[in-house]
Amino acid sequence: MNKITDTLIPAIGVITDIKIDTPDIKTFRIVTLDGKKAFDHRPGQCAMLSIPGVGEAMFSITSSPTNTEYMEFSIKKCGCVTEWLHQAEVGQQITIRGPYGKPFPVDDVFAGKNLLFIAGGVGLAPLRSVINYCRHYRDRYGEIDIVYGSRSKADLLDYKEIIDEWSADAGINVHLTIDNPQDDWNGHVGFVPNYVKELGFDTNKTAILCGPPIMIKFTLEGLVSLGFDKTQVYTTLELRMKCGVGKCGRCNVGSKYVCKDGPVFRCDELEELPSEY
Amino acid sequence: MFKCSLEKNQNLFAEIAKNAKLYLPVDNADGSASYGEWSEGVKWSDALNTAKSAKDFFFPQTEDLMGFKTIGKTIEIIDTRRNSEDFVVFGVRACDVKSFDILDRVFLTDPCDSFYANKRKHGTIVSVACTKPAETCFCSTFGIDAVSPAGDVSAWKTEDALYLQANTEKGKALVDSISSLLEECTDDAVNAQREKTAKIFDKLPLKNLSTNSFGGGKTMDLFDNPFWDELSSSCLGCGTCTFVCPTCQCYDIKDFNTGNGVIRYRCWDSCMFSEFTKMAHGNNRLTQKERFRQRFMHKLVYYPENNEGIFSCVGCGRCLTKCPISMNIVKVMKKIGGNKGE
Repeated sequence: MNKITDTLIPAIGVITDIKIDTPDIKTFRIVTLDGKKAFDHRPGQCAMLSIPGVGEAMFSITSSPTNTEYMEFSIKKCGCVTEWLHQAEVGQQITIRGPYGKPFPVDDVFAGKNLLFIAGGVGLAPLRSVINYCRHYRDRYGEIDIVYGSRSKADLLDYKEIIDEWSADAGINVHLTIDNPQDDWNGHVGFVPNYVKELGFDTNKTAILCGPPIMIKFTLEGLVSLGFDKTQVYTTLELRMKCGVGKCGRCNVGSKYVCKDGPVFRCDELEELPSEY
Repeated sequence: MFKCSLEKNQNLFAEIAKNAKLYLPVDNADGSASYGEWSEGVKWSDALNTAKSAKDFFFPQTEDLMGFKTIGKTIEIIDTRRNSEDFVVFGVRACDVKSFDILDRVFLTDPCDSFYANKRKHGTIVSVACTKPAETCFCSTFGIDAVSPAGDVSAWKTEDALYLQANTEKGKALVDSISSLLEECTDDAVNAQREKTAKIFDKLPLKNLSTNSFGGGKTMDLFDNPFWDELSSSCLGCGTCTFVCPTCQCYDIKDFNTGNGVIRYRCWDSCMFSEFTKMAHGNNRLTQKERFRQRFMHKLVYYPENNEGIFSCVGCGRCLTKCPISMNIVKVMKKIGGNKGE
């Protein structure tokens, strides 16, 4: 028997914890059968999770690489694989393979910089890995601002962690917003792109942006109007993927494959690609 | 160079088949040809080319990747890979031989696809020079010399003999294994055939088809070309061009519930299909124009950009004869490329 390993052949993982984040987002904690972290990764990288017979899909790893015990995935219920996962219980085995993609340049480009994280909805999931990495190595980075918005208070992902931990850190400013007013909300109301412009950030920052395509588009425009250059702005893309290694052709945009040349792109790099993402 | 009388070609096939499975183009009842396994009496087709390309040998239309057993909340992964046997693909035309190089650059690039690599390792390619190219042939556009085909062994078929020349270690081993049927010879007969066929190639209608407007770095020049609308307007999105194409390599991974477990398999897919890029929350190529453009931009711009200028087309002409609405890469190259080569 030929026992060559292949990237398409996954490992088995076990769901050891399920946190209900919002009405349609759950965060799954995953380890290998012997209770370890499945593999090392860098902030912004992704993994393929699957349920045999249901399908396989790519998810960003939301836990920080500095967590050496397990991985977490914040997953919104919106398709076959995600609906199945949302019904799963602790102890359920799944398959996992990865890590895939180019991470955020946390150790070189971001080092010494002031960082501005901007997320919308479940778009916080990939950024949480970066934010917690930067919090772990806090002295390597300058001032950190986090702008995060969602439809309503209940739709804010990681709300407890944001309030109890991120907001409590020295040198981290958290700016939350929701789309529409509600009784138990004293914070800002409005869409993320407008809020970013209202806050009027100094351009001495590197911005890291993730959310729905429309939010990314308008937020980027907002940042440019504030004087940011596109070389200062990073984002992470999401397209349909099957292999994860630039061979199946699905996430091809221009000469790039989002799975291996991305998902992290600097916004000026995106200008060289056809707008098919 | 070695030769073998054509009368003895069945003996030659029998000798090859002693050590490895032998596949070669055979005639179908409908007049087309396809690759079939040789057994005693199976005749080598004279057809210019097979309806489907030879990519199946290394990148099959469907192939099992692994199996799963699921009991309750547990999963077991079953290795479904079998020991591969050596095989010989005989009579591959120069265009299809070149397609293996194009596929290698996808599948063998790190991380190497072990399923493909394993088949490449076990397969030996015997190419055969063309003598009667068709009007749909345009391999020379991509620098392919159909009278001197590559492969582990190159072959030339004349009226009375088969000439063989080994190009690789695998090819030498194959030629050695059939040496009892071969005699050493000069390459005079082969050179005479090359000259004769070259004259036919000079008269082919697509011989001046130009790639000048295409290649790496042309994305932004060509992406918004107004002719994409017109060219794609009648595309049915049937994917026939993709399936007959020797270089199309997009694939899907799917799970099949056998009733006794799950088989995860890979199968050919097409960027021309409407669901190719469909996600749970949307589709980044909503119209057939976008999907049509993707296929040709990939072959003529994106692939060369990532592969030292090599185009992902070998000019075999299959899409020219198979497309139900007579749209094809030649029309695209002429229109988008500014009617060069007309």
